[in-house]
Amino acid sequence: MLRPTLLAAALTTACPAFASDDLDALRAELREMKAVYEARIQALEARLQQTEIKTADAAAQSIPPEQATTETAPAGNRFNPDISLILQGRYAHLDDVEHRHLSGFLPASHEHDAARGFSLDHTELVMSASVDPYFRGYFNLALLDEEVEIEEAWFQTTNLGNGLSLKGGRFLSGIGYQNEQHPHAWDFADNSLMYRALFGEAYGNDGVQLKWVAPTELFLEFGAEAGRGANFPGTDRNSNGAGSTTLFGHVGGDVGVSSSWRAGVSYLTAKASEREGELEDLDEVPVDTLFSGKSKTWLADFVWKWAPNGNAAEQNFKFAAEYFRRRETGLLNCAGGLCGSDSAGDYTAMQSGFYAQGVYQFMPRWRTGYRYDRLDPGSLDFGANSAFLPVTDFKPTRHSLMLDYSPSEFSRLRLQYSKDKSMKSLSENQWFVQYIHSLGAHGAHTF
Amino acid sequence: MKRLLVLMLMWLPVQAHAALNVFACEPEWAALAGEIGGAEVRVYSATTALQDPHRIEARPSLIAQMRRANLVVCTGAELEIGWLPVLLREAGNAAVQPGRPGYFEATRFVPLLDKPARLDRAEGDVHAAGNPHIHTDPRNILRVSAAMTERLAEVDPANAAAYRSRGQDFATRWQAAIARWEARATPLKGMAVVTQHKSFPYLFNWLGLREVAVLEPKPGVEPSVGYLARVAEQLKTTPAKMVLRAAYQSPRPADWLAQRAGIPALALPYTVGGSERASDLFGLFDDTLDQLLKAAS
Repeated sequence: MLRPTLLAAALTTACPAFASDDLDALRAELREMKAVYEARIQALEARLQQTEIKTADAAAQSIPPEQATTETAPAGNRFNPDISLILQGRYAHLDDVEHRHLSGFLPASHEHDAARGFSLDHTELVMSASVDPYFRGYFNLALLDEEVEIEEAWFQTTNLGNGLSLKGGRFLSGIGYQNEQHPHAWDFADNSLMYRALFGEAYGNDGVQLKWVAPTELFLEFGAEAGRGANFPGTDRNSNGAGSTTLFGHVGGDVGVSSSWRAGVSYLTAKASEREGELEDLDEVPVDTLFSGKSKTWLADFVWKWAPNGNAAEQNFKFAAEYFRRRETGLLNCAGGLCGSDSAGDYTAMQSGFYAQGVYQFMPRWRTGYRYDRLDPGSLDFGANSAFLPVTDFKPTRHSLMLDYSPSEFSRLRLQYSKDKSMKSLSENQWFVQYIHSLGAHGAHTF
Repeated sequence: MKRLLVLMLMWLPVQAHAALNVFACEPEWAALAGEIGGAEVRVYSATTALQDPHRIEARPSLIAQMRRANLVVCTGAELEIGWLPVLLREAGNAAVQPGRPGYFEATRFVPLLDKPARLDRAEGDVHAAGNPHIHTDPRNILRVSAAMTERLAEVDPANAAAYRSRGQDFATRWQAAIARWEARATPLKGMAVVTQHKSFPYLFNWLGLREVAVLEPKPGVEPSVGYLARVAEQLKTTPAKMVLRAAYQSPRPADWLAQRAGIPALALPYTVGGSERASDLFGLFDDTLDQLLKAAS
């Protein structure tokens, strides 16, 4: 509305040809016009504001309570995804060990050397939401110094029905019990020896997963996965097709009102091509190894939870145990030490191990737990390399005791002591103080 | 995909004859579904009156029941946020996903109280939509029953007439019961009480009770002895007639305060199954009122 007058004003100042008297008159006229318009606009604005307030009031009064409440969507239903951030850090009192390893086991690739003293664990950023009526999306980013790892990024169908769901992308495999849990959900400050030996942390894969829940009163769930298989015990291979496949089944139910349980069996097969590793030769000199072949793993898992009357708020107890057997066959090349520049030999290993743990919440906020780990290097056959590489019958074990305090369900402080005998000729006392905080929309935990 | 469709078609006739499977998150909704659904429904309650509905494990048995459900009836308002999403996700049951007719949230049909002014976890376990314990006011149960009747009729149109007639019958009996309870409860008007958790604002709102203190310093946060002592101190200036808690809550804080202040501590059934007499919805309010009136006199 003001534009023509402004234009006129601009024109007049730009045209010095006008006589000064005329100009003054014109300017005065313009000023007057401007003032009038501004007053009108202000009046209009004031009236608009008043009517807005009135209609808002009227709307608030006229909406019946039933309708008013239907408009309040729960926080998880808004268009923006649920975002949560996990803050995790610790103080660790450990011996100065140069190469942490599990005696008799080829190291899993993703093993991070444990930091002594104060350190930051994974910082996790999680986002999830419905994509549309057919899919759900989930994203989990693990942040470390100079390192960002996409731990999970997948979609899952929500609409297939009949107990079926299809997952695709990068996800933690459904095998075993602990595998799908991120470190912040662990009951202890560090990983079990079994999972360290099997996968480093947990088995993740780029691929697809199909799961089916049976329409029975007893919980029955079956799943199958096929994927790239780039992670230990497999390796990335430049080829089409699936590098790894898994099969798993779970069964579960309640015993009375106070107890519930779940048990499962899983199978994982993966292909490795020149998988890098490290062993010590007969002179205890580190040698580099390359394994090419097949890796097949069986896992059995069992979880039992108890709470008086099923009310876990005051007291509860949880028992979990898992067992594995892994068979690897193929070719092992070793280099360095006694192996010389390169020595190839057949490799056959049949290894096993388990952990068993109990965690007891003896009063609100306070829990204590004990975990026992044991691995068995089993039968190792290095073929032609037997002349250079030792076969050990040392069985790595560990006892862990923890106490944790959770001021709320979003924060936890933990103290842990471990007697670690996972390396031959070393018995280590380990102490951990850990905190786990979760910010934002923290998703519900699975059983 | 074709095989899937065949499977689905094979299922349809079976489901039409079998009873409608209702998965209720809490016993009060299980009882209400039973009143309206009668023999046409098979109701499973995921929790009991002795369990804290905020803290339930997403157990395998619950996933199995969710898988078979035709209708899921829950409170909503984030009461079940710690476990229900896992069940919905793991069960692979498309018919009961939020937004579908098979998913029913009771709080959607009731005006909610105690909407938090500040949404911050520093305020404790706050529910953004408001206090979810709506069933402690019988007028809310009436509102939910009307909505549930319509939902049952929508999910199972073959038995719509039966649901509507039973819904109507329940509403008549329930309205009469409300009138009876309100008449009996007149002596309770204005009575000052202390509660352990904010479990009963709807009950207080209905009967005109005054909540002068809550034992939890913040919702969902266990009280410390120091905090309880401060509440006891506060009761000297603003006295209360009794301390109330729900049956599933720990008796320790309420008993401690009751002893300190010399007033009775009541364990109200809170929901169906919370006491021997609270075996159905009518018994729940009969017992609640009897206990309150007895302690008030």
